[in-house]
Amino acid sequence: MNSLISLEKVNYQIADQHILHDVDWQIPAGAHITLTGPSGGGKSTLLRIIAAMISKTSGTLIFDGQPIESYDPIMYRRQVSYCFQQPTLFGETVADNLAFPYQIRKQVMDTQRVVTALNNVGLSERTLHQPIIELSGGERQRVALIRNILFLPKVLLLDEVTAGLDENNKQIVHAWLRQLNEQDHVTTIMITHDATEIAAADQLAKVVAGRLEVHA
Amino acid sequence: MNLAVNNTSLFLAAMLVLVALGISLWQKLGLDRDIVIGVVRAVVQLFIVGYLLKYIFRVNNLWLTLAMMGFIIFNAAWNAKKRGPGIDHALAISLLAIFVSTGVTLGVLVLSGAIKFVPSQMIPISGMIASNSMVAIGLAYRSLNSQFHDQRQGVLERLALGAGLLDASIAIVREAIRTGMSPTIDSAKTVGLVSLPGMMSGLIFAGVDPVRAIKYQIMVTFMLLSATSLGSIIACYLAYRNFYNEQKQLK
Repeated sequence: MNSLISLEKVNYQIADQHILHDVDWQIPAGAHITLTGPSGGGKSTLLRIIAAMISKTSGTLIFDGQPIESYDPIMYRRQVSYCFQQPTLFGETVADNLAFPYQIRKQVMDTQRVVTALNNVGLSERTLHQPIIELSGGERQRVALIRNILFLPKVLLLDEVTAGLDENNKQIVHAWLRQLNEQDHVTTIMITHDATEIAAADQLAKVVAGRLEVHA
Repeated sequence: MNLAVNNTSLFLAAMLVLVALGISLWQKLGLDRDIVIGVVRAVVQLFIVGYLLKYIFRVNNLWLTLAMMGFIIFNAAWNAKKRGPGIDHALAISLLAIFVSTGVTLGVLVLSGAIKFVPSQMIPISGMIASNSMVAIGLAYRSLNSQFHDQRQGVLERLALGAGLLDASIAIVREAIRTGMSPTIDSAKTVGLVSLPGMMSGLIFAGVDPVRAIKYQIMVTFMLLSATSLGSIIACYLAYRNFYNEQKQLK
């Protein structure tokens, strides 16, 4: 199978601190991968490199047949979308946040699509005009996730996004992510420690002390 | 005219310095050295400027006037730069921002006939405009630095969503411009009620009818609004990119 993303001997260093060592990784298009490992091992760093939020120190990273350096970082990030563990929401209301992806593409917000997305993660249309300070942690996380997928990316990188959610919300988000992967063919890589999520993955990868181990 | 300051009266007024020195020594503020240095510098600098301006006004040479204005603008830029540590090219950015804000504002004043292109008007007005632009730019730099630090997570998230650098920074840039302009707007609101600013005070001192003097102050209010808004917007729009690297990542 062709790899959508392929990493070869990727290293990441800050001063003399070696955070990632010679990471080789093939990520097939449409895969649903979970990434685990002890905290401080380099999982988030690895995802941030793939998201072009930071740059690897050495090695090659090929996305869709071309080295990452050949893409404009802004356009690349619209295809390889990173979702933070503890996201902050912008502005005043939920609508300010969900309008942002349209704003940066100089488009008008597609309210129908936004409402559908809210419903898909168990939020109602009313949420749209709610001030962000009134949202619970779980609601914030779901609103943040919707920001990433209003324009479907090819790859969704999720950094422990379900960690702060209760069991019920976790299941809603999990089912929704499965749907994005299976129906919309979004390749997903999620950092998680959740046993159910790990069991549902096509590929299990583990980062320990900056080294990657992959189990198909 | 009732302008009565002479060397003797200045010498006697120097007693006022002793008040400050006395307080510093009495309260052990440790400021006595700084007070002495400050006073000596002020006296020396002002004497030099006094004689220099006298000379420049007398020769009334275009190039000399422009050189003096350039000197003022450069010094203003140098001082603005110091308030933006960590911002690359802060000197060049400040220089351009102060040059344009001063140039445009002066241009409008001269073309409208509010002031004449003579050294005794151009040089003091340039100084007023450039120094206000300098303060505005300095405040804007400080605001950019602190906001990019405090709102780092928000900027990262906008970038992760595929925002361009301006889209990721626009809220910060706007706030920094606002910060640069707000002292001028605040003082425009209280002018005449709280302070009688330098321009009209000076004219009133020199015996000018207060009704004429306030017209100059109104002109000053207008020109400072233009100078601080132009200075802040140019500086912020040129400086925000400095917070990102070539891969369009937040530094």
